[in-house]
Amino acid sequence: MAAAAPNKKTLTVIITHAPYQGTLARAGLDAALAAAAFEQPVQLIFSGHGIYSLLEQDTKAAGTRSISKLIASLPLYDIEPVYAEAAAIAQLGINADALPAGTQVVDKQAIAALIDRADHVVSF
Amino acid sequence: MIYSLLVLASPTAGQTNRTAAGFAAELYSRGHTLHRVFFMDAGVDTALATPVAPQDEINPQALWIALAKQFDVELVACISSALKRGVLDELEATRYEKVAATLHPNFELGGLGQLVDASAHSDRLITFGGG
Repeated sequence: MAAAAPNKKTLTVIITHAPYQGTLARAGLDAALAAAAFEQPVQLIFSGHGIYSLLEQDTKAAGTRSISKLIASLPLYDIEPVYAEAAAIAQLGINADALPAGTQVVDKQAIAALIDRADHVVSF
Repeated sequence: MIYSLLVLASPTAGQTNRTAAGFAAELYSRGHTLHRVFFMDAGVDTALATPVAPQDEINPQALWIALAKQFDVELVACISSALKRGVLDELEATRYEKVAATLHPNFELGGLGQLVDASAHSDRLITFGGG
């Protein structure tokens, strides 16, 4: 476990759902941002269809708020880098150049290491 | 050990919400304590005062309320998820000029800070649903 200061726990947030498949991806981002706002160390991992959250989106036609602004705000909360699962990027045929600056593409072993050094893991 | 739970699963879809309530009860029987249960996303439906379960089904809400009464467990519904889903206490119902308050009295509304606090003050934070 990470040697965090008292009452500081490293929180790993894993987002596995696509951004507009229900509201879980947004809920996960909200949780990550809240933890960072309260000065908790946050590791944010996008895996599976959660990767789609990192792509620029125009959701006007869908009548729903885009989560792109939330993604863009992550560095302001010191949630940097954000981690993206390499296997999902390959499987979904996503061009890694389309991912925002500050995205670190990681393999399963690296994700396991991130989880290992977290105090808590929550998944959305 | 001090536990907190993050419950994302709806009480009316699948078994996960009920599993979480069973897990919570089991924690006490093993000598652990529960700092807080934080309901978020579809999980906030657990805090609705108004669902009517079919007679031969158990609404997991009853299990949560029994825990709250027996062990004084804090049951907190994420306010932003709750507002979207129409789970309103008197204050919010008045503020948004809605016809009724719908929050069950054994639950309270709270911000995400309550989840962060639960994370900071618990040895384990377990997610139910969402995976």
